[in-house]
Formats: sequence, C-alpha cells, structure tokens
Amino acid sequence: MNELKVKSFDLRKHVVDMIVAGKGGHIGGDMSVIDILISLYLKNMNVNPNNINDKNRDRFIMSKGHSVEAYYAVLAEAGFFPIDEVIKNFSKFGSEFIGHPNNQLPGIEMNSGSLGHGLPVSVGMALAGKLDQKDYRVYTVMGDGELAEGSVWEGVMAAGHFQLDHLCAVVDRNRLQISGSTEEVMNQDHLADRFRSFGWHVICVDGHNYNALDQGFYEAKSTKGKPTLLIANTIKGYGSSVMENKANWHHKVPTEEEYKQIIEDFEKRKEAAKHE
Amino acid sequence: MNKIPNRQAICEVLIEEANKDKDIVVLCSDSRGSASFVPFVNAHPDQFLEVGIAEQNLVSISAGLASCGKKPFAASPACFITTRSFEQCKVDVAYSNTNVTLIGISGGISYGALGMSHHSAQDIASMSAIPNMRVYLPSDRFQTKKLIQGLLQDQKPAYIRVGRNPVQDIYSEENCPFTMDQATVLKEGSDLAIIACGEMVKPAYDAAKILEKQGIHGTVLDMYCIKPLDVEAIKKAAQGAKAVLTVEEHSPFGGLGSMVSQVVARECPKKVINLSLPDAPVITGTSQEVFDYYHLNAEGIAKKAIEILG
Repeated sequence: MNELKVKSFDLRKHVVDMIVAGKGGHIGGDMSVIDILISLYLKNMNVNPNNINDKNRDRFIMSKGHSVEAYYAVLAEAGFFPIDEVIKNFSKFGSEFIGHPNNQLPGIEMNSGSLGHGLPVSVGMALAGKLDQKDYRVYTVMGDGELAEGSVWEGVMAAGHFQLDHLCAVVDRNRLQISGSTEEVMNQDHLADRFRSFGWHVICVDGHNYNALDQGFYEAKSTKGKPTLLIANTIKGYGSSVMENKANWHHKVPTEEEYKQIIEDFEKRKEAAKHE
Repeated sequence: MNKIPNRQAICEVLIEEANKDKDIVVLCSDSRGSASFVPFVNAHPDQFLEVGIAEQNLVSISAGLASCGKKPFAASPACFITTRSFEQCKVDVAYSNTNVTLIGISGGISYGALGMSHHSAQDIASMSAIPNMRVYLPSDRFQTKKLIQGLLQDQKPAYIRVGRNPVQDIYSEENCPFTMDQATVLKEGSDLAIIACGEMVKPAYDAAKILEKQGIHGTVLDMYCIKPLDVEAIKKAAQGAKAVLTVEEHSPFGGLGSMVSQVVARECPKKVINLSLPDAPVITGTSQEVFDYYHLNAEGIAKKAIEILG
C-alpha cells in the first residue's frame, strides 16, 4: 500500500469541495497534477512551514497556475494553512485564496497564472543557487498545452546553456487542453527529443504512480551537468470516470449528481489503493 | 561638453557598489555594449549574466534571482524590455514584488534613424500602469548616479529609462541636490511652471533662462520620478502660476503630461499644455534633429510658453 496514493483521494475531495464552494475551478488539470504535487511536497522536496525562510530550502513554482486548487490542497496538507480556511474562502469576495497562486500566502514563492513564466523564473532561481554555491533544488510544473508559449523555450534554452542540474521541470502530460487534444491544438509530439536537443536529460514516468515519481525525482537529482525534464504521463480528471479524459472538464463545477458520483468513485479508488 | 551618457554613469556606480555587495547581479540580452556595461563585465565577471537575445527571459530570470536574495539590474533597450517583456514586468517583477531594477537603455527616440521598432515612446505609459512598478527618467549623469544609489537602499521593483547619447550636465559632482521620489526644483518663478523629465529637462531649463531675459519668470521642475509622482511639487509649482507646460520624450498619451494634467485638474485647475512626440512614427534623424523638428528644444519650449501666456 502506498500511503500517499491513499491520501491523494482525500485531497482530491478537498479540491472538489473547494471548487463547489467557490463556484468555479480548473478541476480536470487539478486531478492530473495532484499526485505530482503530493510526491514533491510530502516526500521529495525539502520545503515545509518551518523552513520557508531558510535560504537552502528547495524552490517550487506552479507554472500551470490554473491548477491552484490542487496546489492549495497539497500546501494545506503540508501544513502551510488550514484546509478548512481554503474551502471556506476560495474565490470568495476579498479572499486571499484567489484563483491563481499568490506569494502573499505562506509557501508560495512566485505569482503565476499567465502561462510560460514558471520555467524562465526557475532558471533565475537555479542561477542564484549556482552563484551562491548552494545546493537547493528548483522545481516547476508546467502543463502540456502551456508548452506552446514561446517564453517556455527561452527558459529551456537558457537552462541547457547554463547546465542547471539542480533544476527539474515537470510536464503534466495529460494530453488535453480547453479546445481538445494537445496533438490537434498544437502538436507536442517528440517532446523528449525537443528537450534533449536543448541539452536536457529527459525521464518519462506514470504521473499517478508514486514509486515511479520517486524514482524519477531521484534520477533527476543524480543527473549532473544537465537540467531534467520529467514527463509525467497523466490522465485529465483522474480519480473519477465522470471527469477522466474529458476536455469539457477543464474548468467546471460538478452538479449535485455528478458530485455524488465523483466522491463515490474517489472512495472506491481509495479502497483499491489500500490493497495495492 | 559632457561625453558620458547616463547609461555609462549607471555602469560606474554598479562597478563600485558591486565591490561591496556580492548580491548585485547585472544581466544583459546581448546588450552589454549598447548598455555600456563592458567595464562591469570585466570588473565583475562573476556578477554578470548574459542571457542572449531573449528579453522576456531576461526579465523572468531577474525575477527568479531576486526571489532568492540577489539584486538584479537587467539592462536592455527600453523598447524591448518594456513592451516586449511587458507581461514579465507585470507578473514576475511587479505582481510577485521582486527586487528587480529594469534599465531601459537608448530610451525614447535615442536610436534615431533605426525607426519605430527601436523607439520607446510608450514606456512611461505602459510601465506606470503596472501596480507596484516605479518609473524614473533621470536627467543627467550626476542625478542618474544618485538615483541608482537610492534604489540600492530598498527592495522594490523599478524601471529606469536612460538615453543613448551623452546629455549636457545640469548638475555637478558637488551640486546635485537629490531626494528620492521628490522632484528637483531647478528654478522658481511665479508666471509659469515648466515640468520636464529625462533628456527634456535641459532644454526646459534653458527655455526658462530665455524667458527670464524677456521678463517671464518660470518655475522649472526636474520630475525624474514619474511614479511615484511628486504631487506636492506639482501643486506648489502650479498653484501660483498662470499656466503649466510639460515637456517629455514620449507619446502624447499616458506620460508625464497626462499625469501632471490629472494633478492640476484635481488640485488647482488651470491651463496645461503638453509638449511631446507626436502620435505617429517620428521623422527620421538623430535625436537632436528629431527634437528640433518637433520644437522640443529651448527655443521651441520658450516660444510655446510665450504663446500660452499671450
């Protein structure tokens, strides 16, 4: 049994509750990215509420900022703020829990929301580490649709040029974006080759398998002289058949009936995970 | 005649400050030559980063460095670092509140005959519209040095525009009165208030001297701090005057003229005339030829003042 996998379905419920209470949210991408975030914050990254001012802490940027609900759920689980506060206030008038990450909140390093910013900013964070001879690691998570932004590739080029081996970018490869399949909207095939040609080390893993994620992050850490791209193959809407692989669940609030079904599905998957 | 452009003055201060402060980092986008930063690269190679011709990356990388405690100064042509990288300036620098100083070199129409792609007549308007972004257009090399020293005292985002060419000195090493975020009063007089910024301060000051000889006494403000704007100085200068004249190397929209007009309309309504570049690609020529053509010189400003005062 993988405890984090079991926990992931409780956190998925928090995400859905947030979205229902806040009357909106990027639910599909939340479900595909959340295991990556859990693996980073609850296992693989050196960052927690007690070391947020430590210069040696690992850095993280949520480049696909629209999946903020999953990010809030994981930050809350890591102890940065109470989950009840998030569910109660998310997207409400005057709330600090807005619809994209904001660094006024504890644990959030940089504001995001506009796509294609996270990787270039991560390059700056990693360069600061090199200049100061610190060995903290820098992580960012991008969406696959996001890779159509030109600014991503300016960052990819620079990370390869500066050989930033303490930088690890993750692509939440769920193959769907608002308008449909990423391959139809703007072809992302040969992703690994594209990054390799810029001097990156590339690893492909199942983005819902915690052991595979652990191994991927370990391999990234052990790679010298190159930044690492972790292509996490995921399923948009993962956790419930109501949402899985459905492009129209990119941004959606479930109806009462759908909500019931989704929560039921989460419970079943959680039970199954206990016996894995 | 001074031969040191303001960009070189910035480099000199940073070379000196970087000796004491290892967190200062200068970044260029294949612009170290045009930014006059080659001496910095030679003096502090470990505190310099070249990012190539990628201005968006330049700004984002600077924001990342600043979030980890560095003090980045990103220097790139004003036309590119502001409008091409506008969103990076807005989100990564201003919104995330990172301690980045953006240096727009060869600002305004400094690049002369290179045309509108290389002119930045929109930078005051665009950068001032971003919450938490400060905007400065220093007039001469002495003020530029004081400004950089001032900015090193805090940890907030800022944009500075400097021109490509050396400008005539207004101040001197011994006499350069400077208070952060307060306009410098160059001259006082009750007939007229002339408010200028950047390279237009010198002709504005010279215009006031021409007017003085004709018995017209004007106040001249060096409004190097566009944002936060020195509202008190504008009120004080405008209150007693018969009219206000603003002079800037910028589009007629959203620059110093627009901002001063807002303050005067609210605080002490009276006639305000805005002298600026036209809302069109400017005529081909050197900076001085272009300024002369649009009457943005001492004679043109003085003539306009006489016209207003009737």
